[in-house]
Amino acid sequence: MASLFEYAPAPESRSVVDIAPSYGLFIDGEFTDAADGKVFKTISPSSEEVLSEVAQAGAADVDRAVKAARKAFEKWSALPGSERAKYLFRIARIIQERSRELAVLETLDNGKPIKETRDADLPLVAAHFFYYAGWADKLDHAGYGANPRPLGVAGQVIPWNFPLLMLAWKIAPALATGNTVVLKPAETTPLSALFFADICRQAGLPKGVVNIIPGYGDAGAELVAHPDVNKVAFTGSTAVGKAIARQVAGTDKKVTLELGGKGANIVFDDAPIDQAVEGIVTGIFFNQGQVCCAGSRLLVQESIHDELLDSLKRRLSTLRLGDPLDKNTDIGAINSAEQLARITALAETGEAEGAERWSPACELPSAGYWFAPTLFTNVTQAHTVARDEIFGPVLSVLTFRTPDEAVAKANNSQYGLSAGIWTEKGSRILAVANKLRAGVVWANTFNKFDPTSPFGGYKESGFGREGGRHGLEAYLDV
Amino acid sequence: MPTTLTAFADVTTSDSALRRFLHGLPGVDAVGLEARAAALGTRSIKTTAKAYAIDLAISMIDLTTLEGADTPGKVRALAAKAVHPDPTDRTTPMTAAVCVYPDMVATAKAALNGADVKVASVATAFPAGRAALPVKLADTRDAVAAGADEIDMVIDRGAFLAGRYLETYELIKAVKEACVREDGTAARLKVIFETGELSTYDNIRRASWIGMLAGADFIKTSTGKVGVNATPANTLLMLEAVRDFKAQTGIQIGVKPAGGIRTTKDAIKFLVLVNETVGEDWLTNEWFRFGASSLLNDLLMQRQKLSTGRYSGPDYVTVD
Amino acid sequence: MSESSVRLNVFKTYKLYVGGKFPRSESGRVYEVSDSKGKWLANAPLSSRKDARDAVVAARKAFGGWAGTTAYNRGQILYRIAEMLEGRREQFVREVGEAEGLSKSKAGAVVDAAIDRWVWYAGWTDKIGQVVGGANPVAGPFFNLSTPEPTGVVTVVAPQDSSFLGLVSVIAPVIATGNTAVVIASEKAPLPALSLGEVLATSDLPGGVVNILSGKAAEMGPHLAAHQDVNAIDLAGADAALAKELEVAAADNLKRVLRPQPVDDWTADPGTHRMTAFLETKTVWHPTGSLGASGSSY
Repeated sequence: MASLFEYAPAPESRSVVDIAPSYGLFIDGEFTDAADGKVFKTISPSSEEVLSEVAQAGAADVDRAVKAARKAFEKWSALPGSERAKYLFRIARIIQERSRELAVLETLDNGKPIKETRDADLPLVAAHFFYYAGWADKLDHAGYGANPRPLGVAGQVIPWNFPLLMLAWKIAPALATGNTVVLKPAETTPLSALFFADICRQAGLPKGVVNIIPGYGDAGAELVAHPDVNKVAFTGSTAVGKAIARQVAGTDKKVTLELGGKGANIVFDDAPIDQAVEGIVTGIFFNQGQVCCAGSRLLVQESIHDELLDSLKRRLSTLRLGDPLDKNTDIGAINSAEQLARITALAETGEAEGAERWSPACELPSAGYWFAPTLFTNVTQAHTVARDEIFGPVLSVLTFRTPDEAVAKANNSQYGLSAGIWTEKGSRILAVANKLRAGVVWANTFNKFDPTSPFGGYKESGFGREGGRHGLEAYLDV
Repeated sequence: MPTTLTAFADVTTSDSALRRFLHGLPGVDAVGLEARAAALGTRSIKTTAKAYAIDLAISMIDLTTLEGADTPGKVRALAAKAVHPDPTDRTTPMTAAVCVYPDMVATAKAALNGADVKVASVATAFPAGRAALPVKLADTRDAVAAGADEIDMVIDRGAFLAGRYLETYELIKAVKEACVREDGTAARLKVIFETGELSTYDNIRRASWIGMLAGADFIKTSTGKVGVNATPANTLLMLEAVRDFKAQTGIQIGVKPAGGIRTTKDAIKFLVLVNETVGEDWLTNEWFRFGASSLLNDLLMQRQKLSTGRYSGPDYVTVD
Repeated sequence: MSESSVRLNVFKTYKLYVGGKFPRSESGRVYEVSDSKGKWLANAPLSSRKDARDAVVAARKAFGGWAGTTAYNRGQILYRIAEMLEGRREQFVREVGEAEGLSKSKAGAVVDAAIDRWVWYAGWTDKIGQVVGGANPVAGPFFNLSTPEPTGVVTVVAPQDSSFLGLVSVIAPVIATGNTAVVIASEKAPLPALSLGEVLATSDLPGGVVNILSGKAAEMGPHLAAHQDVNAIDLAGADAALAKELEVAAADNLKRVLRPQPVDDWTADPGTHRMTAFLETKTVWHPTGSLGASGSSY
């Protein structure tokens, strides 16, 4: 950083959020202890400070929550769509009102920069509820035939990378279509879901319509396996996604899976170079790269490789890593020690396999889980860092010579979630976009999200779409 | 690092060569550019950083009056304000320059009385630039002869938009020569593109390169006389241009956003753009300027707030 | 049934349809196919896992071209299939009647419905994209378009009972949208399916788009369900136990799975779900340029 113009710390105030020392499970409209009394601690990954102690759901709690949701289903699904809509509009508005509080909470529990929770996560959360609220009384016009019916109880398991946003993606369409919900947040980020339970209370949502059961993978597995769950929605790793797909085989459960990715960000020699550099940075360093649709493989046309890398490195040197609550922080903490260990191990594999590692000068805080923005150059399709999802701030740089080669390399992956294309030539964008086997293609932009825009993957990145009209299908008996 | 333009010698040998070069520059994606500028605009500059930025911004102002109604009295008042922006606080830095019409240069020079504030003069039939070349050059020489330290010229937007790039280039070169004083020194040349009339970001990048190749010391967004003047996005784009030019030639060129920058908050956003695009080499009034007038008072009020803890009001800064 | 007493008729050797060719099973195996009363009709190839593997290779090879064909052209070809079938109507009425034990008039109705089904899907090829895709009004300066695209290679376990109308009803929606298919025909009544291959081969349908195997779903199914280069599986003709087994195997590469659903009446309006089950939605974003905010919008 320039030494002349040193930005003074500009921390967002923690006082807007009041975290209780302990939280229960939210079942049938009440906060309750786990049946076996188990609790777990949730910590702030940027400081390792314990934020709260949270009840840990077990099999008995899952059963209790599913029963509550089942009981609530009859009335909730019979409610006129216009009434369900109003509950969702209420929730959207309360989220807007409490967005600063929720942004700070999310930053504390997740480790991501306040800049992101404030400007990306929370606005998208509110927008998602607002969008699906409007669908609740228009389902007859959604293209799924007259009077499409809800499925019943939705069991939803969400990850830690966008805790509240993934909750919104799951709960908003489920409720709009008349389903009731049991949602398990990730064990490292349970708090915003529990605050959401309070928002449901403020909105007057009937008891049992939304149940929040923090816990570990075992609780998620119990939920998926529960015989009275009609719909399973999961966002997370491909390995767990496959286990779920096996688990539900032979049942009537409808499933949507949003899984891993290894997105290719393709930069042609006629790209708008400064914007491409920004797009590369956004693609892999947004949320510390802990994004399933991250542009984690940079495919750059060989003729501009050196020039682009120079620009990219210069740009990375301006990234500000540190206190996630500081409004000027670009790169926050890695979500957990476990994730940090995984990123570290994969980066070491990259080095061991001969890829060239580079990071900008970057001082890491002593407490918490941190990983410097990292580039690997001289990467080929055969390198582990070009194939495995790292889910961290690590970019693998590969080259190509022709558009055909770019497409072939981009598609040469078990995944198919996202891709980027950078070129000023319109027909090339359309031709390449057409050939990419990926659910979301960002041309001359990256990592853009909107509630109206369907999101989801090809191949092992999962199936089903979230967002837009398409997102309704996952929760309707069609 | 090379400090030479020889690599670009071929580029300006003909209109077609120049066109090929300019159209070979990387395109600009408008949404991406504006998103980057907006993102940098969310930087939170507080306490010590804010104090530094306010003083830096004051020191970068070309305090400007460019009106038909300008009189010697008005220009003298402006000069006094440039030297002592805040009469109640002598630690306040001086502005970089006063910026006036050519016929006011002598008045400004005298009023400044040797203070370390430059006199900048617009020239070349500012603001429209609709005059014959000899008139533009005479306008320039007149200002330089009257003591102007800096010349703010306008390009012929008509020629540029009609695709007569070489003519645009030659105009700047000719004005640059007209900036040379009898003793061989020269006034620094700022080249105004009137970005609001160029309409596209690609044009702004191309115009920036024409200006830099022709010998501009500064590239400047606007006259302040049209609807759209300096914006974070067009300034960011010009900063990227001077960054790239320095990387390729070793020659450093300044940037001056002008018009529409009225608040401390705005000014700080521009300084953040400078800091994170071209870095500290440009964080001085030798290489970055604000063309502004009302901005100064807002900076002074914010400066008072930082030093006293109270919010200031317009009666506590001077109206000049 | 106008057999002459003096002329011995010529039997047809039923063969598989793979990659546009008519191979026998690489295993050299056949099994006896009988009519509903147990009368021998033919020896059908008893396909092996290697036949299934070859069919996947053929289907994959054909996928890029078929998916890249214009929707209009796919519609033309599907319509051509209907035309070709119409011309061989009598043959299929006989084969379906024998296979399913139907009277001539009932078998005729089934064949007519199957021909009409091709016509229905021929018309869908250039409409499904408009019905399930479209522009999304995102809150920002972006053009955003969702388009359905074919999933890829689809394994189809054809219905066991409805040997022809059911078969057509599961193949046509798969290929109408640009997928290619590996079809396991009804085990006990494979002959209409194998004859369909002869129709497809003369309908301008590129080789490999539809590949038809006869034999045991329980033998080939697990290999196809586990095959890493198959993208989806339609379990229409699998019984509950096999369906579960195949769905579990399909999870290995997260195939799209269409579970078996009870079909009372194959002549009913098929809806769109058999097409959408094997479509991916691709959403493409592009900046539009903001309008006038900075005076330089392009």
